[in-house]
Amino acid sequence: MIRMLLPLIVFAGLLVLLIFGLRTADQREIVQSPLVGKPVPEITLPGLNDPETTYSTAELIGEPYIINVWGSWCWACREEHPYIDRLGREAGVPLVGFNWKDEREDALRWLNRFGDSWSFHMVDFEGRAAIDLGVYGAPETYLVDHRGVIQHKHIGPIDATVFEDLMRRIVQMRAEADS
Amino acid sequence: MTSVQGSMRFQGSGFRVQGWLRSALMVFAGLLLSGLVAASAIEPFPFDDEVQEQRFRSLAEEIRCTVCQNQSLADSDAPLAQDLRRQLFAMLQDGRSDMEIRMFMVDRYGDFVLYRPPLAGHTILLWGGPIVLLLIALGSTIVIVRRRRKVL
Repeated sequence: MIRMLLPLIVFAGLLVLLIFGLRTADQREIVQSPLVGKPVPEITLPGLNDPETTYSTAELIGEPYIINVWGSWCWACREEHPYIDRLGREAGVPLVGFNWKDEREDALRWLNRFGDSWSFHMVDFEGRAAIDLGVYGAPETYLVDHRGVIQHKHIGPIDATVFEDLMRRIVQMRAEADS
Repeated sequence: MTSVQGSMRFQGSGFRVQGWLRSALMVFAGLLLSGLVAASAIEPFPFDDEVQEQRFRSLAEEIRCTVCQNQSLADSDAPLAQDLRRQLFAMLQDGRSDMEIRMFMVDRYGDFVLYRPPLAGHTILLWGGPIVLLLIALGSTIVIVRRRRKVL
């Protein structure tokens, strides 16, 4: 009896494995950053609207902030732009734009067209600093706490659900910073 | 295209088999050529010597391009892969060891960036799985063979 059922059991096992694999396929595509929970690397880059100014992550320690990786070439960045607008207005912490592998003119034109709610932008045309940050696609959004530790990284565009999640984490980070 | 042309040219002359052989060879040559073209898609770096170039190549093949997850740095034309290759070359020029370069990538992109992940607690199933499967297969083969012998 068991010998007869064995192939069926194996088949059912395979089926469970396959369904589980399909269910978790979306999550597997996203590579979790090893930098979450670690101090943000020291990155010093020129500004976008103000190329003579340099911005550094070292200066930002002391309060929580958001880093948002974007580029004018990045389609999904347009998609998430309404939520970036809201983050800029509602988060109550600096929203740092990390303009990645872009051209200055294109980036400025893009901001003119869609609106600029970021506190300021760092530009990484070469993509060297982005490697230190572990960037592998745009858009990406990092939450850094007041000690300068990366608390969270979201890969891909921000939608309504992600926005709520980010806001919840930001409120928590602000409370921690105040206490 | 080539296979159709190759076989048609020889069909009339009665060398059908040879025609197929010829077209197969042509397809094979085409594949080889496309491989060469892909390999030369990597931007030429001013290597110090052949040893350095060899190290660059083997490291680039071992490191995964995280955007196009099933390609290595050596295969990918993605902008991030280009940046990472430039970084790889700069580190070789700096005199960093292969291990240091691997660590650099893992620190930033995680174990996933290596095609050969390290042997650790969370990768034990990955490394040990095939061995366990092989043992199961060997065991069941032995059992089946013995049972059949008994019947005979």
